[in-house]
Amino acid sequence: MTDAILYTVGSLSGLGLVSAFVLFVVASKFKVYENPKIGQVEEMLPNSNCGGCGLPGCRPFAEALVEREDISDLFCPVGGNDVMKSISTFLGKDVAEKDPMVAVLRCNGTCEARPKVNSYDGAKSCKISAMTFAGDTGCDFGCDGHGDCVAVCDFDALYMDPVTHLPVVITDNCTACNACVLECPKNLFELRPKKKKDLKIYVACMNEDKAGIARKACSHACIACNKCVDVCPKDAITIENNVAYIHADLCTLCRKCAPVCPTNAIIETGFPPKKEKTEVAPAKVSTIEELKLN
Amino acid sequence: MTMLKTFPKGGLHVPDNKLSEKEAIQSINLPKTVQIPIAQHIGAPAKIIVERNDKVKTGQVIAKSSGFISANIHSPVTGTVTKIDTFLDSSGYKNPMVSIRVEEDNWIEEVDLSTEVNSEITVSKEEILQKIQNAGIVGLGGATFPSHIKLMVPEHAKAPEILLINGVECEPYLTADHRLMLEKPDEIIIGVQILMKALGVSRAAIGIENNKKDAIKILSERVKNIKGIEIVPLKVKYPQGGEKQLIKAIIKKEVPAGKLPLEVGAVVYNVGTTFAVYEAVQKNKPLIERVVTVTGKSLVKPSNFWVRIGTPIEHLLQAVGGVPENTGKIINGGPMMGKALKDYSVPVTKGTSGILLIPKEKSNRRPMQPCVRCAKCVDVCPMGLEPFLLMALSDKKLVERSKDDNILSCIECGSCSYICPSSRPLLDYIRLGKADVNKFLKSQKDGK
Amino acid sequence: MGNNIIVSGSPHVQTEQTTKSMMYHVVIALMPALLLSFYVFGLGAIIVSIVSIVFCIGFEYLIQKFILKVPTTISDGSALLTGVLLALNLPAGFPVWMIIIGALVAIGVAKLSFGGLGNNIFNPALVARVFLLISFPVQMTKWPEAFADRMKLADATTGATPLGFLKEALRGEGTDIRELMKSLPDYTDMLIGFIGGSIGEISAVLLLLGGMYLIWKKVITWHIPMSVLLSVAAFSGIMWLVDPSQYADPLFHLITGGLMLGAFYMATDLVTSPMSPKGQILFGIGIGLLTMLIRYFGAYPEGVSFAILIMNAFVPLIDRFLKVKKFGV
Repeated sequence: MTDAILYTVGSLSGLGLVSAFVLFVVASKFKVYENPKIGQVEEMLPNSNCGGCGLPGCRPFAEALVEREDISDLFCPVGGNDVMKSISTFLGKDVAEKDPMVAVLRCNGTCEARPKVNSYDGAKSCKISAMTFAGDTGCDFGCDGHGDCVAVCDFDALYMDPVTHLPVVITDNCTACNACVLECPKNLFELRPKKKKDLKIYVACMNEDKAGIARKACSHACIACNKCVDVCPKDAITIENNVAYIHADLCTLCRKCAPVCPTNAIIETGFPPKKEKTEVAPAKVSTIEELKLN
Repeated sequence: MTMLKTFPKGGLHVPDNKLSEKEAIQSINLPKTVQIPIAQHIGAPAKIIVERNDKVKTGQVIAKSSGFISANIHSPVTGTVTKIDTFLDSSGYKNPMVSIRVEEDNWIEEVDLSTEVNSEITVSKEEILQKIQNAGIVGLGGATFPSHIKLMVPEHAKAPEILLINGVECEPYLTADHRLMLEKPDEIIIGVQILMKALGVSRAAIGIENNKKDAIKILSERVKNIKGIEIVPLKVKYPQGGEKQLIKAIIKKEVPAGKLPLEVGAVVYNVGTTFAVYEAVQKNKPLIERVVTVTGKSLVKPSNFWVRIGTPIEHLLQAVGGVPENTGKIINGGPMMGKALKDYSVPVTKGTSGILLIPKEKSNRRPMQPCVRCAKCVDVCPMGLEPFLLMALSDKKLVERSKDDNILSCIECGSCSYICPSSRPLLDYIRLGKADVNKFLKSQKDGK
Repeated sequence: MGNNIIVSGSPHVQTEQTTKSMMYHVVIALMPALLLSFYVFGLGAIIVSIVSIVFCIGFEYLIQKFILKVPTTISDGSALLTGVLLALNLPAGFPVWMIIIGALVAIGVAKLSFGGLGNNIFNPALVARVFLLISFPVQMTKWPEAFADRMKLADATTGATPLGFLKEALRGEGTDIRELMKSLPDYTDMLIGFIGGSIGEISAVLLLLGGMYLIWKKVITWHIPMSVLLSVAAFSGIMWLVDPSQYADPLFHLITGGLMLGAFYMATDLVTSPMSPKGQILFGIGIGLLTMLIRYFGAYPEGVSFAILIMNAFVPLIDRFLKVKKFGV
């Protein structure tokens, strides 16, 4: 009995030792030299493998950071300036500093504002719908509402609003990785600067049709009436192809444009609600005689 | 009875519904305005050469071919150009069009308007190509590929051996080609001879599905004493009219993936295109009208019409008694490969072989269910693909694997989506996959 | 506003046959065999069938609604079909509580835990049958005799199936199979189904008719049944020619046991069979060979269920390598 146990233990241990030795030799002989810094930089990255940096994953990005001499054109939007700065310190190379951005949907064609003229019965995907026709409403440029953007977001920053049938961006989760921008077949998403308290002003319309057609299709459409252009003190708004665009680098968020828009096509977010000015009745001034009487 | 020729792989039987096959092609009065798109063909859109308020005559060039793969576009009416603007077309998007207010119908001088058949072919090979190019002829089977390009065989390429004429019309409901073969057989045969001369081939075969026995009979009579042209009756199986399937059925050769029919020595033309070639070469007539079938179970009288390009579909529907109340879908083409339209204002183009109305009850797809791996889609695919797999790959955006699985070979015949018992939108996703693969290949080419 | 014209990608027509109608066709095809077994085994068979069907559908509904929290799919007919097929694999008079466990294994483990319809690798009814066979071998091999005690719910007189009888008897030395076969029911009875066995094993001819119906209705194709039956016939034919005293003739092997049921209804299960004709033929040949190997040399008298399950495991590999030939490639 003990013989059997001894032989078993002995042979298995021997086998184990031999295998370990073989593995050790092979591992040393065929070891691929790799710069240890790549692994260390990879640890610093957010590891979401979203492709926002333009490279296919965090590992290739780490390799690029370590191997390239000039990394000023590389930026991780998910990690942001903090991560890039710590990598810069670690590698001793200069990095770019970018303002944080957030994705913005340039369409406010809700079900109420933009009635359907057709009924779409194909596969429920925006890309497939866009290959079939311009959309089931009168606006050829608006959101198709099937949620390809929601499906592609890795950071849970998008959800489909069940009432308006438009995607909603959860600014806190959005890392500006650009996935939704690339996915939307109507090119409705745009990355705009992310400010404190999510202050944003943008034109939520991409409709290039003439005013009459655009307005008939959607009550929130931009009709290129130029009112916002006229009122902007910084000339930050331009009209191209019958639709207005607010340039974020020139805009100072002064809020003069949004109230003058006749279709409410300009959306402001993050601002406190404007206080309503109430008429204050002048105080009833008593005459001296009246005061003397009382 | 000898076995009818057919393609061996895939295919299925779809109900014929050739409701209008006994209706002779009728003329229709001209509409009040016509809208002519500049992109009615594969390749670069034509360049508009008229301006607002110009007066144009029937047959006059209004847009010129703008590249190697492009075609001329002619005015189908006499009138005044009212607008050059974007308008809804069958792609579902607004595209540039020339709007003309219809005033009269005066043809340009060169055109021979006589109706006698001109059977003497006096033109040379080069003149034939020139005339076809000038006339703006494109493939009228629906592909709309500029026809003169198929005649330009490159020096280093194989010489063509046989001309195949596609008289199959495998799409249900459509009868335009059938009626054309019955009513203009002589002109079609002369068109075949013209094309044979242009290609330098001595053999031609006209493939006709066996559900058009009268057309087979008439054309067989006509070619009895003509050497080199034979009529080939084909088994009724969808998609027999697909170019590659037609070639395989008649000359038993498979066009290699990614290559053209010329690779196996064949050149294929639709029978409607052949008729247009006759008109262009023998009568100097540019392509401004074509046969369109207006059909559907909800119509009182499904019919076939000679229609000028640019006629709004609404005008055609008025001619058959108006739009039925319960219309669910308007299809440009047949039910298997046709394009669903947004509304009735879309104009007829060179590629419009039919307008099909589908009642509301039959217009919605059944809800999608999970794939039960029944392999019916694999059984019916005429190109030997695996649609269930290609749909999954497209959905997961696995572009390289889709390319390796030959997604680009798909001819978009719709057999897979038709047969799927779980109503899965296979073709929708395969089209998406093809677009993704083409984008990927283009980016690879640009990157290099 | 708007004309509400419907827009979608082509094609704009679809076939009338749906997944649901295919499932119901299979159930219809099984009805003659099922009804015959009610006639042969009486109440025992009826109870087994009802319990199996009710609990398969019931478990699918309960698991989907309360555990998985997804929309229920009991209306697609697949749970009903699994219930019928499971019943056909059990002997009449099988204890009800064991049937319930079988239904739970078939639906919960073999089907829903893989992702539901379309995602399972193994045939659910067969997984349940094999599970029950291994867990409750005694009750799974207690087959009531034909026409005995039909009104009794349980404890019918039991006997062996033809295959079981032969397996046991051949263990002895010097036995000649031809002698043994004389004590078995004659071939007509075995064809029609007046013999002992599981509810779905007895009537070869009715199962064959149902199979023809399915091929006619284009629910299944001929490739799998033909290759299973032909490979069984070929293998058993060769062995019989080599030594007719030890091996029964091919016809015997074709009509006894679960072969007909397996060839037309279990192996052809859409989800778990290969996707190309070449693959399907290889699949069928594999099943035929494995069935005969188990019947001749294995411990169990019947090998169809194991053979099908083993080949189910190979289907992804078969699909990967045996694809249809692409046009022009």
